[in-house]
Amino acid sequence: MEATTQSTAPKRTVACTTCYMCACRCGIKVHLQDGKLRYIEGNRDHPINRGVLCGKGSAGIMTAVSPARLSNPLRRTGPRGSGQFEAISWDEALRIATDRLARIRATDPNRLALYTGRDQSQALTSYFAQMFGTINYAAHGGFCSVDMAAAGLYSVGGSFWEFGEPDWEHARLFLLFGVAEDHDSNPIKLGLGKLKDRGAKIISINPVRTGYSAIADEFVAITPGTDGLLIFALIHCLLDAGKIDTEFLIRYTNAHHLVVDAPGDPLHGLFARDPAGFELCFDRTAGALRAARALGTDPALNGVFTLPDGHRARPAFALLAERYADPQYAPEAVASRCGIDAGTIRRIAAELAEVAFNQPVVLQQAWTDTDGHRHASMTGRPVAMHAMRGVSAHSNGFHTCRAIHVLQMLLGAIDTPGSWRYKSPFPRQIPGGPAPGRARVPGGPLDGSPLGFPRGPEDLLVDEAGEALRLDRAFSWEAPLAVHGLMHMAIARAYEAGPDRIDTLFLFMSNMAWNSAMNPGETTRMLSACDAAGNYRIPFVIVADAFASETVAYADLVLPDTTYLERYDCISLLDRPIGSAHGPADAIRIPVLRPDRDVRPFQDVLIDLAGRLGLPEFATGTGVPLYSSYADYMVRHERRPGIGPLAGFRGKDGQAIGVGAPNPRQLDRYIKNGSFWQHELPAEQLYFKHANRAYLAGAKAMGLLESDDQIVLQLYCEPLQRFRLAAEGHGSRRPPERLRARISRFFDPLPIWYQPLEQAMTDRAKFPLYAITQRPMAMYHSWGSHNAWLRQILPENRIYLHRDLAVQLGIRDEDWVWVRSRNGNLKCRARTMSGVNRDTVWTWNAIGKRTGAWALAHDAPEFRRGFLLNHLISEYLPDRPGQAADSNSDPITGQAAWFDLTVSIEPCEPNTPDETSPRPAANPLRVRRTAEGTL
Amino acid sequence: MTMLPERPAGAKRLGLVIDLDTCVGCHACAVNCKEWNTGGEAAILPDYDKHGPEPDGVWFNRIHSYETNSGGCSRTVNFPRSCLHCEDALCVTVCPTGASYKRVEDGIVLVDTDKCIGCQLCSWACPYGARELDENAGVMRKCTLCIDRIYDEKLPPAEREPACVATCPSRARHFGDLADPDSEVSKLVEARGGVDLLAGLGYRPTNKYLPPRRATIPTPPVQPATASGKGLSAALLGLLDKALSR
Repeated sequence: MEATTQSTAPKRTVACTTCYMCACRCGIKVHLQDGKLRYIEGNRDHPINRGVLCGKGSAGIMTAVSPARLSNPLRRTGPRGSGQFEAISWDEALRIATDRLARIRATDPNRLALYTGRDQSQALTSYFAQMFGTINYAAHGGFCSVDMAAAGLYSVGGSFWEFGEPDWEHARLFLLFGVAEDHDSNPIKLGLGKLKDRGAKIISINPVRTGYSAIADEFVAITPGTDGLLIFALIHCLLDAGKIDTEFLIRYTNAHHLVVDAPGDPLHGLFARDPAGFELCFDRTAGALRAARALGTDPALNGVFTLPDGHRARPAFALLAERYADPQYAPEAVASRCGIDAGTIRRIAAELAEVAFNQPVVLQQAWTDTDGHRHASMTGRPVAMHAMRGVSAHSNGFHTCRAIHVLQMLLGAIDTPGSWRYKSPFPRQIPGGPAPGRARVPGGPLDGSPLGFPRGPEDLLVDEAGEALRLDRAFSWEAPLAVHGLMHMAIARAYEAGPDRIDTLFLFMSNMAWNSAMNPGETTRMLSACDAAGNYRIPFVIVADAFASETVAYADLVLPDTTYLERYDCISLLDRPIGSAHGPADAIRIPVLRPDRDVRPFQDVLIDLAGRLGLPEFATGTGVPLYSSYADYMVRHERRPGIGPLAGFRGKDGQAIGVGAPNPRQLDRYIKNGSFWQHELPAEQLYFKHANRAYLAGAKAMGLLESDDQIVLQLYCEPLQRFRLAAEGHGSRRPPERLRARISRFFDPLPIWYQPLEQAMTDRAKFPLYAITQRPMAMYHSWGSHNAWLRQILPENRIYLHRDLAVQLGIRDEDWVWVRSRNGNLKCRARTMSGVNRDTVWTWNAIGKRTGAWALAHDAPEFRRGFLLNHLISEYLPDRPGQAADSNSDPITGQAAWFDLTVSIEPCEPNTPDETSPRPAANPLRVRRTAEGTL
Repeated sequence: MTMLPERPAGAKRLGLVIDLDTCVGCHACAVNCKEWNTGGEAAILPDYDKHGPEPDGVWFNRIHSYETNSGGCSRTVNFPRSCLHCEDALCVTVCPTGASYKRVEDGIVLVDTDKCIGCQLCSWACPYGARELDENAGVMRKCTLCIDRIYDEKLPPAEREPACVATCPSRARHFGDLADPDSEVSKLVEARGGVDLLAGLGYRPTNKYLPPRRATIPTPPVQPATASGKGLSAALLGLLDKALSR
């Protein structure tokens, strides 16, 4: 801890740590005065935020003293959901948890389902699950952005937000698809400021004009769920104009790889390969097939060629061009569906072409590619893109996100000066792997991490009948590329499956009984449902959280966590690091305050539990725990030899980066460095990382990558075709009959657009409007509403609609209205505006609270007038005759399709009470403290 | 009545330049301001009903987001509102006790809470709504331009700026001497056409606002939609015919 002691009172100290008021991971300087929090400011040296700090981060003081903080381990005493608990000691809490988990592990470890929320210690929590031996683990990615992650990783080996960022210094045109006020927070604000400074143009494509969209130079009020069509129309225009970077395509992508064209054949749609397994292209100079990666060739991007086995084959690009040149993707054909006039689409396409091809950025920096070519300079296409929830929260989000990456590839705008860039340690090799863990020896760990990257049907977690092994059905034919799991289905599936499948649901910092649930009313019913004998259908629920969220009331055992200012933590390269295009980086949190309650850091508790359970890698063979705390684990744990949770200051002397022996003084070194570590890449390695020899060699040496081979960008996504072939009857592992048509339809190796699934199954005459949420900048999900400052900014929300629509429906500002969907009715207050798509209504996310939660007064506005759109959403799609309902998810990744919702809206009856509906009964925590209590 | 000081020509006019072109309305400035000042020389900025039905409190800075409509074109503007440290500050001249005053040396408008009787005349007088009553202490509170930061020699020079400026994530806020034509802020105002808020009222505010801009990308005339037939365009076929080299 860096201390600046002054000669006179009061005593002031300053400590550098990492913010956790949202998921952004900014560096902060925490000022203490006489041991109390005085001020939190951004750390000017920190690579994420460069000294700035948002409203949430600046309000950390109020979260640190929030009355909603839990103060003891709790055991349920009343019925589940009643909020009645007794305070117990940590010894007892850990004994209860250990006994239960040990019994599960000795019988069937899969009966433990561990789901963590916006967890920044997934490298630990997933490892715990793996060592425990359960396949049933996931974090919140499945209901957040798995469409973006999966589409990005399977297309370009990186992704928007976490694994990539725009080149703020050089971009001249920036397209922002469906980005609300977070994802991410301060880096985007800093970046937008830089773009504006340079006069670069920002186009925001979003149904709602708030936040970032408000300062965009152009706002395109797209109809929700149609971004894919817009992108296809842009591609259509670029193809039409011949504005494609063919040099980029043949050097860095699989555009020239030949695709077998033999419908009905088991090889159809796969790449043509030589006997050694290398993909083929057609070399126009030689007039012959050659290895696609061979040098000195003139690969064809168009044409039909005959393979030695007699099959025909075509370059992937030819298939792509044929698809998107089709008149169905002309701007005029998609305009009305997208809610954007065709002229605007054509103009944006022209602007893309103008900036990409007539205004290239040339940096005088030599570099060498993976083929050994030395380039005298770095030439880039200064068109950058970023996309988030507006794309990912639809059931067509995977393909839409892939469409954006395809557009980037066609423009030659991946990791070039001025374009979107990888954040080191990305890019990673495509297409994925390793497979998700599946098998174990009795008492042993799972043979892989519970979350993996399937390469084809052989990697799925399905039984002989092709049905899911996992509780949430991730990695089954229902969601084959569910690389983050389907957390939004966990409770519903546990309820369905019953106690034989799941004994204990263990939730960490996730508000699954309220704003993270589709349909909270039904979710809480399932959590508290009993069988005829009065036993809970979900036998045991453990909740670990720092605050009295709505979910805590549904726990049998509550493990109270600390706030982010009271613990060690690690933002690891093994998890979701803070690397940037400038180099890999990671960070720690340190305890700045001492807890004044009987609470423990969740990560310490998990490591304690792992030790008590004698889990491999957490205890010796004789059951002696290996680690005393998370801080101890952060320093001494090695995932592979020399590679641990923290990449900086490794080795005995603290000089090694990435790979090196554990350094007992590592945390001290981090603290001296402001609680982060960053490796600045040399200028030669800053771009073209997917094919930059020096970068890839360096990344391999640092343990970031296992191979320094070129990472070939996947214009054509072959793994998808493997699933499709299985659906068409090829191979030994095939989908169940009921899912064949679905797999065949959606597993297209080139991006497709389809109407979001729920919309296609809903009576649109009855529910003609789209309904979505946006993120307020000063709140992060449910984390802000108990904060005394943030709740002054936004204590209640409204449903917003277009002025013209409001006039048509007879709705005025502040009127109470009914918003109805196929799943229910919601009463809330309306406000009108102009900056919104005419067929869309929206509200701020997670402002409404359940009465009694978060230690707010019983008549708080968050309870009485704040509301959740979640009540209108179901985690199931509508039933179809004779068939169990599918989950309301992307059929490829299982991403929760929050934004597929359609509604109607009408004024409430006159004199309606000033109160939202539904309002579930209050269930505030009531904690009995016994004499033997631990306080 | 309180007199405004005689300020020599060219005296410092410390203030803010706020860029409405880049303000995303995130409230960082408002919250960081409250955080800094509630523990600093301005004394506690009270919060009323922190976890109750009517959460409210004193803020030196509040952000308003609103839509404007002109010429059939609508836009959303995020507008941060705080004391503008006017040269002819009516909030000072209406003060019956001399509590409200403008500093000679730098033009910052402050409240001497020892003299303030909480009569709120100043808040009635201020057309910008920049002053708020501390209901607990019965005195007025307002932006101090972080006077306890900007002159604090214990801080590194780069940090001697108001908290709202230091924290602004889109760097939409700038601090400096607006009386000095060569200062960065003056140059920014000059280059971007910075404006006085409600200039017609004649209070000569020190703070300036920079109006929103719109970047455009000139392109060749957009081609009318080609008669769309199946197959690839001549332009694309021409491109694909060109020799490539791996």
